[in-house]
This record gives sequence, structure tokens and C-alpha cells, in this order.
Amino acid sequence: MPVPSEPALIKIQGLTKRFGGFTAVDHVTFQVSRGEVLGFLGPNGAGKSTTMRMLAGFVTPTAGTARICGHDVQTDSVAARRCLGFLPEGAPNYPEMTVTAFLTFTARVRGYAGAELARRVAHAVQMTTLESVRLQPIETLSKGFKRRVGLAQALLHDPPVLVLDEPTDGLDPNQKHEVRSLIARMAPTKAIIISTHILEEVDAVCSRAIIIADGRVVADDKPAALVKLHPSGKLDDVFRQITQPPATPKRAA
Amino acid sequence: MSNTLIVARRELGGYFATPVAVVFIVIFLVLQGVLTFNLGNFFDRNQADLAPFFNFLPWVFLLLVPAITMRLWAEERRLGTIELLLTLPITQAQAVVGKFLAAWAFCAIALALTFPFVITVNYLGRPDNGVIATGYVGALLVAGSFLSVGAAMSAVTRNQVIAFVLAVAVCFLFAVSSYPLVTDFLSRNAPLAADIARRVSVAERYQAFTRGVISLRDVLFFTSFIGFWLFLNAVIVEHRKAD
Repeated sequence: MPVPSEPALIKIQGLTKRFGGFTAVDHVTFQVSRGEVLGFLGPNGAGKSTTMRMLAGFVTPTAGTARICGHDVQTDSVAARRCLGFLPEGAPNYPEMTVTAFLTFTARVRGYAGAELARRVAHAVQMTTLESVRLQPIETLSKGFKRRVGLAQALLHDPPVLVLDEPTDGLDPNQKHEVRSLIARMAPTKAIIISTHILEEVDAVCSRAIIIADGRVVADDKPAALVKLHPSGKLDDVFRQITQPPATPKRAA
Repeated sequence: MSNTLIVARRELGGYFATPVAVVFIVIFLVLQGVLTFNLGNFFDRNQADLAPFFNFLPWVFLLLVPAITMRLWAEERRLGTIELLLTLPITQAQAVVGKFLAAWAFCAIALALTFPFVITVNYLGRPDNGVIATGYVGALLVAGSFLSVGAAMSAVTRNQVIAFVLAVAVCFLFAVSSYPLVTDFLSRNAPLAADIARRVSVAERYQAFTRGVISLRDVLFFTSFIGFWLFLNAVIVEHRKAD
């Protein structure tokens, strides 16, 4: 449940990104408070990843601001990124490193050392059930393991804000279930954004959903309220209805 | 440990994660050996110094240093790990300098492994080891200069081969700019450019070191040369990281 007294951990205000003449993200504004899991939905190319990249400080916005825990991601970017666990799209990893070496590297960058570092790495490995592949080079792992290595890296420092770009993509149903329950367990203490194409995931873990199309927020509500937008009561139909341009009405015969 | 060193350490570990690093060092040592002893007439010269060794060094670096730097940024962009690296709580400058330091440390290791040359010349005669030491300092600075160029070129593209070719081309310009072929041509057509070309020549500055002279001017030149290219590297990364 959102804590009403605390300011929102993620604040996005009028965020816009243009690539040349193409507007990828168009005045996106929303907030996420502690305890919320925001599902970020939209067709491919709608601007989900670009929005998340701007939030993580990787892409520089054309206009607008984004704040994480009160730190502006542009002017105070290192402080903002300290509060953030980010899983980039496709969960990129250094293929030649072992899982432990990779997590140790990110832990060092996060300022941990000695026993605390070892404890953090062990905890992240345990949370994402990577124990069996700890000492394997990442390139030898299956897609599901690679994704979980990315997830472990994002969770390692127990950040108040998590931004996960398609965290369950490429996982088998069991692994999907594990990741969802992991997110649900962490939800009360964090502000979380996950992007996904799997609409059932929104029902399973999200307390709120935003649908984005052509760079604009077209819906922002609780999943239970969103499904009422279509007579069928299915999120799939709602998604199709608001992200596809309305079909041209057939001329009366 | 500062973030720069953490990045450098990971990068250096990356070099040695595959046999490529060892192969590279072996090629470097064999090439230097062949050039020094065969082409450089090390024995026939009958002089107790490492002049042939140091004379060939910049040319060997010209080809091998871009091979070290080509992956630095191109690979990060190809794999998408650049998005991971630059969203960790480190500054862009720390990432740029860290990667450069790793590549430089790698070159230093390769250079250190040329110690048998020093032993050989000391066994055969009585060389001026001070001159040899300044030669090594100069060699390290030349390597650093080429590395900084190569790192910047690696940030331009996600294709390592293109990064390599660009780096060789740019380094070549700074290696030959003091050669008569270039300066004669320039002084006939653009006298001012000839002067500039001579002053920015890495090879010309390096010559002083191989003669045992370390001047503040030359050290300043190398540090500002490296600083300039690293700055350019950071600008290119900032501009192109998300492409």
C-alpha cells in the first residue's frame, strides 16, 4: 500500500525524448510511491524502454525531469543511480565473467567491501536462485539464468527503487512464477516499475498499470479499474482497444 | 577502492579471461625480437644499447595498440553492457579513465616482459641503463598516446574492425607527422602547418626519450595529448552511447 506521508520515490514530469523528427516519448508524467508495483505496458516501440532509460540516466531527455528519491537523474545522476536497481532491456551482461565475479564487480561499484560485499553477493545469488551456476562464465548460461543474473545485479544493494525492463522475458513458467513472487515479496518496501508484454503479469503482481502508446500515457489506473474499460472485462481487449488506432468504420451498404 | 580502479580492474581481468591476451603478448615479444635482432642488426652494430629495440617500438605499437583498444567501447555497445555500466553509480569520466588505465596497464605488462632484452644487452656489454630506463618511460607514454586515440575511436562505432582501422589511421598521422616526407611537403605548401605537424608528432617527442632526455615539455605534451583524447572519448561516449 502506498505510504501517503512520504513523497513519491519516482517522479516523472513532462518527460520527452525526440530522435530527430520522431517523438519517442511525449510529455510522460507519473509518480510511483513506496509499496507500488507499476506495470508499464505498451506495444513495441511505444516508448517504454526509452522512458526507463531516461529514468536510469542513460538517455538524456529532450525535455522534462525525472527524479529518483528526490535526486534529479540529470543534475544529480550518481546519487539518483545509487537509489536505483536497473535491469536494462535484454539483461546485458559481461559474457566472459563468472556470475560471482560479475556481481562482485557491481557490489564494489556500489561501495561494498570485505565481509559486507560477500554477504550482499551471497544474498543476491540466493534470492535469484543462482547458487548452482555461481562459478560459471555468464556466456555459458541459459537465457533464464542470464536474465536472473541481471536481476541479481539490480537487487544486490537493496535499492528503494527498482526499474526492470521485461524481467520475465525468456523465462519458463516456473521461473516466471519465482520472479513474480520475488517482486511481490519486495513490493511493500520499494517503488517498482516493470515493463512487460505479458498482461497476466499485471494481474499477478502490479498494483497499478500504465499503458503507453506512441510515446503518450493513454491509461493509468489499477488493473481492476482498467479491465472495466472494455465490455469483455479482459485486459487483452482493453490493451488492443486503446493502443490500436480505431478501425475505419465500414461504410453502410 | 575508487570507482575508476574498480572499472580498470574489471577491464584488465577481461583481457586475461581469454587466451587472446597471452597470444597478443607473445606476438608483441616475437615481433620485437625479430625486428631488434634481425632487421635492427643488434649484434652487428657492436654497441651496447637498445636503440634498435626502441626505434621499432612505436611502429609495433601502431599496429598492436589499436588491437588492445578496439574492444573497449565497441564491444560494450554491441553487447548492450554500456547501458549497464553507465547506469551504475559511476561518472562517465570514471568509466573512460578506468578503461584507459586497464589498457595502459596491459601495455605496461607487455613492455615489462621485454626484460630479456635488457638482460641480454647487460650480459654482452655495459650499456647506459639510464638511457634504457628513459626509453621505457617514453615507450609507455607513446603507448598511452596511441591507447587514448584508440579508445576514442572505439567509442565511435560498435564494430571492432572499424574501430581498429580508424585507430591505426589516426595514430599513423601522429607517428609520421614529423617525417621529412610530410614536413617537406607541408613547408613547401603551408609552412605553418609544417611547424604544427612537427610539434604534435608523437614519434619526434619519443626520440628524445630514447636518447636519455626527459624534458618537462615532452612530458607535458604526452599528458595533454592523452588528456585531450580521453576528453574526446568521454564526449563521444556521451553523444553516442544510446544509438
